[in-house]
Amino acid sequence: MDINDVRGLGSVFALAAMLGIFWWAYGSSRKQRFDEDAEIPFLDDDDGSVYDDKDRSK
Amino acid sequence: MSTAIDHPEYNYKVVRQFAIMTVVWGIVGMAAGVFIAAQLAWPALNFDTPWLSFGRLRPLHTNAVIFAFGGCALFATSYYIVQRTCRTRLFSDTLASFTFWGWNLVIVLAAITLPMGITSAKEYAELEWPIDILVALVWVAYVINFLGTLAIRKEKHIYVANWFFAAFMIMIAILYIGNSLAVPVSLTKSYSIYAGTIDAMVQWWWGHNAVGFFLTAGFLGIMYYFVPKQAGRPVYSYRLSIVHFWALISIYVWAGAHHLHYSALPDWAQTSGMVMSLILLAPSWGGMINGMMTLSGAWHKLRTDPVLRFLVVSLSFYGMSTFEGPMMSIKTVNALSHNTDWTIGHVHSGALGWVAMVSIGAMYHLIPVMFGRKASDMYSQGLINVHFWLATIGTVFYIVAMWVNGIMQGLMWRAVNDDGTLTYSFVESVEASYPGYVGRVIGGALFLLGMLVMAYNVYMTVRVAKKEQADAALAQA
Repeated sequence: MDINDVRGLGSVFALAAMLGIFWWAYGSSRKQRFDEDAEIPFLDDDDGSVYDDKDRSK
Repeated sequence: MSTAIDHPEYNYKVVRQFAIMTVVWGIVGMAAGVFIAAQLAWPALNFDTPWLSFGRLRPLHTNAVIFAFGGCALFATSYYIVQRTCRTRLFSDTLASFTFWGWNLVIVLAAITLPMGITSAKEYAELEWPIDILVALVWVAYVINFLGTLAIRKEKHIYVANWFFAAFMIMIAILYIGNSLAVPVSLTKSYSIYAGTIDAMVQWWWGHNAVGFFLTAGFLGIMYYFVPKQAGRPVYSYRLSIVHFWALISIYVWAGAHHLHYSALPDWAQTSGMVMSLILLAPSWGGMINGMMTLSGAWHKLRTDPVLRFLVVSLSFYGMSTFEGPMMSIKTVNALSHNTDWTIGHVHSGALGWVAMVSIGAMYHLIPVMFGRKASDMYSQGLINVHFWLATIGTVFYIVAMWVNGIMQGLMWRAVNDDGTLTYSFVESVEASYPGYVGRVIGGALFLLGMLVMAYNVYMTVRVAKKEQADAALAQA
């Protein structure tokens, strides 16, 4: 096994990591929590900013 | 969504300080830019004075707009966002204060040393070693304060904007310190510890990531908070933002070699830099689309909200320049564009169109909050609109002038006669660039004028807010 095998494995590892991130981000069991996390900027409404998400289907 | 959530009193003092200095340094840095642009059109403007020569003022301009204007915008917004999305006060007020005064001291020292010709001659890292050490200290204090605030958060999840800010500041610490390692020979002179091609590669490993992390990841943090806030709806896809984050930060660090095409850098390194730059298009556009689509169903707000207009047009420029960048990194395209004004045009479509406009939008959102008013409730919405058009037209003027100049220069330099001799001398390409240089001065001046309109609007907002508070206090008494 020489240095080029390590380089090749590096690419495989990077691809697997990226696919893993896609799987984690788009897994249906985590959909709800990510939808909730997206609301974090609106938890503090002391800046008088508006929030209107009525017309958006979740 | 009207349930107010308990939170401690935030440290808005440091946000207020950095927000005001964002406007001040924006004007200073852009005025320096307009001045050196005018020097290229009318060279007599250097007045035969070394301190006013283009070579010394150009790094002053780049340092002022990137690190003074952009830096203050990043400090202000990151301190604002991290407190509000973690619902906790900053980890340390002392460190926050230290970052404000330390950073501004760095800027003042840069403004003194660069015109004197004291420079390490590394692009976007020109400051000499004693100032570099101060930069490193301030930056480490910033990282500790930011990560410390994340550590004491009351909110379970770390909102995506904070991920981008954390990546930006950690990477900038590594890159800036790594690239600036030098052997001092006197108080004002040092030599890089790297030599030859390795020095060039380390320089552009830093240089391109000043773009990738300072001017992109940090400002994407701004985008992920202020676009949803101003649009009044959560980001289009939080899940896309996660993929966006990891893809962007893991690819950007490899792209720097595209600055060294056809140089002494090994061919494989040049090509890998090009390939990584092309791959970067995917996360860049993923993020751009995520920001844009946040407005889906709310596009009508653009008709009435000039602050939202700033934010959305900044995303358009971001999309445009992150398409242009990968194209320019292709070796055959780079053979035409390298060393021409096209590069300057590309940088400014990102710097004016994306970085400056997203920062300006964020400032218009948060400055009123800093003075006790509602978000984006500035003194005059009409003047924000005037600023928006000055900024947009100014940016377009600037980049079109540089595109025309750049492509013309590239074509003139490579034109050869039948017998193999060059068709044009270099000075002929300089002469042909004159109209574009004047066009650039006009574009830059329009953008600067917009910043002056902003300064007036901010001043009046503060005045009106103070009067309102005094009146309210009087009514209570």
